[in-house]
Amino acid sequence: MIFGIPLQAFLGQLLIGLINGSFYALLSLGLAIIFGLLRVINFAHGAQYMLGAFFAWMLLSYFGIGYWPALIVAPLAVGLVGAVIERTMLRRLYTLDPLYGLLFTFGLALTIEGTFRYLYGASGQPYATPAALAGGTNLGFMFLPIYRGWVIAFSLVVCIGTWLVIEKTKLGSYLRAATENPILVQSFGINVPFLLTLTYALGAALAALAGVLAAPIYQVSPLMGSNIIIVVFAVVVVGGMGSIMGAIVTGYLLGVAEGLTKVFYPEASNIVIFVIMAIVLLIRPAGLFGRDV
Amino acid sequence: MTLTLDIDKPSEKKPAIVQTIFLAAGLALLVLAPLFFYPVFLMKLLCFALFACAFNLLLGYTGLLSFGHAAFFGGAAYFTAHAVKEWGLPPELGILVGVMGAAFLGAIIGFLAIRRQGIYFAMITLALAQMFYFFCLQAEFTKGEDGIQSVPRGHLFGFIDLSQSTNMYYFVLGVFIIGVAIIWRIIHSPFGMILKSIRENETRAVSLGYSVRNYKLAAFVMSAALTGLAGGVKALVFQFATLTDVSWQMSGEVILMTLLGGIGTLIGPLFGAGLVVTLQNYLATSEFPVTIITGLVFMVCVLLFRRGIVGEFYNSRLGRKLGFEHRH
Repeated sequence: MIFGIPLQAFLGQLLIGLINGSFYALLSLGLAIIFGLLRVINFAHGAQYMLGAFFAWMLLSYFGIGYWPALIVAPLAVGLVGAVIERTMLRRLYTLDPLYGLLFTFGLALTIEGTFRYLYGASGQPYATPAALAGGTNLGFMFLPIYRGWVIAFSLVVCIGTWLVIEKTKLGSYLRAATENPILVQSFGINVPFLLTLTYALGAALAALAGVLAAPIYQVSPLMGSNIIIVVFAVVVVGGMGSIMGAIVTGYLLGVAEGLTKVFYPEASNIVIFVIMAIVLLIRPAGLFGRDV
Repeated sequence: MTLTLDIDKPSEKKPAIVQTIFLAAGLALLVLAPLFFYPVFLMKLLCFALFACAFNLLLGYTGLLSFGHAAFFGGAAYFTAHAVKEWGLPPELGILVGVMGAAFLGAIIGFLAIRRQGIYFAMITLALAQMFYFFCLQAEFTKGEDGIQSVPRGHLFGFIDLSQSTNMYYFVLGVFIIGVAIIWRIIHSPFGMILKSIRENETRAVSLGYSVRNYKLAAFVMSAALTGLAGGVKALVFQFATLTDVSWQMSGEVILMTLLGGIGTLIGPLFGAGLVVTLQNYLATSEFPVTIITGLVFMVCVLLFRRGIVGEFYNSRLGRKLGFEHRH
């Protein structure tokens, strides 16, 4: 018993919190990367998450292609779609106020979601857990479904891997340099427009990857993206988009905070992240890891 | 901020007559409209037009993009519906309750949101409005998924029966005209000039000694209150208040109306609202989802058509000839 709550229930909600936190972290990471370089808030991030889950579902039900290939193919496909969108449309908005980027991607999100809703209805499609990760294991103090453990571990690896790529590799150094001063970087002979396309594609692919991971846990539904994106925006406001690591850490923290609220005060569990956002705005308007006000 | 396109006001050269003719023609059209169109459709249009005009006060004239105005619109609808149905207040007081409630909500959300700028401001308003949505979903008085049903329209000032749709239409028209007149007055006051200076160059406004925060908050609360006026009237027109009006899709819709009509033009949102409401009515009977069209219109507007209908007209050769010239 912890604070009068059975240990099992406590750990169960903590686990759910970590799972949600994994998705928040992956999504806010993608948002932060795109915002860092493109200065665009990608409202279509939720739609791209939904697309990832749907592509995985379509691969399975139309072509019989399973979870593991989908984990690679779906993000690649969504990344490609993202690259095309950036090349043909989003690119024209860089010289304008960043709010136009937000409005454009909002329209994009509505179009994508509306189309899938039209084709597949609002109800969810189930996606089976891959056989290798089915079942669970007893840890002695709690029962851990293997798939959930896999999601937490894998998303941590992806988050840290992305962070390492940006902080420690040559490509990452170009990205960071282009964030600071794109004109200077371009004058050194680095293809900045291509970097921008690549960044948007990478962000979209990360969202899609989160979508594929989410498919066996939640139902694959056209509305899954818009439900999560607003929470992720709050996460991004709390973390501040100045640092990649900040986005990741905030994602996990707020996921856990949400899970724990479900234990102690269930009525508030779907607003707790917004409440935390309001408090952070009062105390530290720039966000926990933010540099700019 | 280069968000708005400095087209808000016709130049002062020779437009007075042209403007008066346009205004008179517009008013005549609105007065005669119930002879040709279904009154409920017109009332819906006017409510959304006022909503969009109030939203535009913030986006077009202060340069703040709120993604949470549904909270004020839908919130006021709930407050008015509750006041009229449960407390038995007459319609004019019911609407006042809605306006006050929306202004109060606006003060809270605005106070938090103005602590950040630009893109963050939009995200914060969206998140706080979503929080209000969850509150409405769980609160007792909103009746959850059902919403507040069969709200009585009552008698205006005790003797005008609003259940007559003609009476209701002219009441809504009156509210609309008063609302737009208030917005016009705000924009053309010294206060409005300061708002525009904040839009154009916030840093300079600060250095000139204006307490930008207070001005932003005041603009936010005024916009929320006027939005509440539209929401309260809408609750009476349709005689219900539901979760649809507080959802984020509604916040998106009002942005679309404003963008389509012309950001930073006084009457642009009226045209934007007209188009969107007509489109919705037209598609309501078909299977085809409105969101796809809405999304596509958004994308096209942002890519090709950022001035909006009225803005493009002001900027066209004809518009310039009539004196609505692009002002630098």
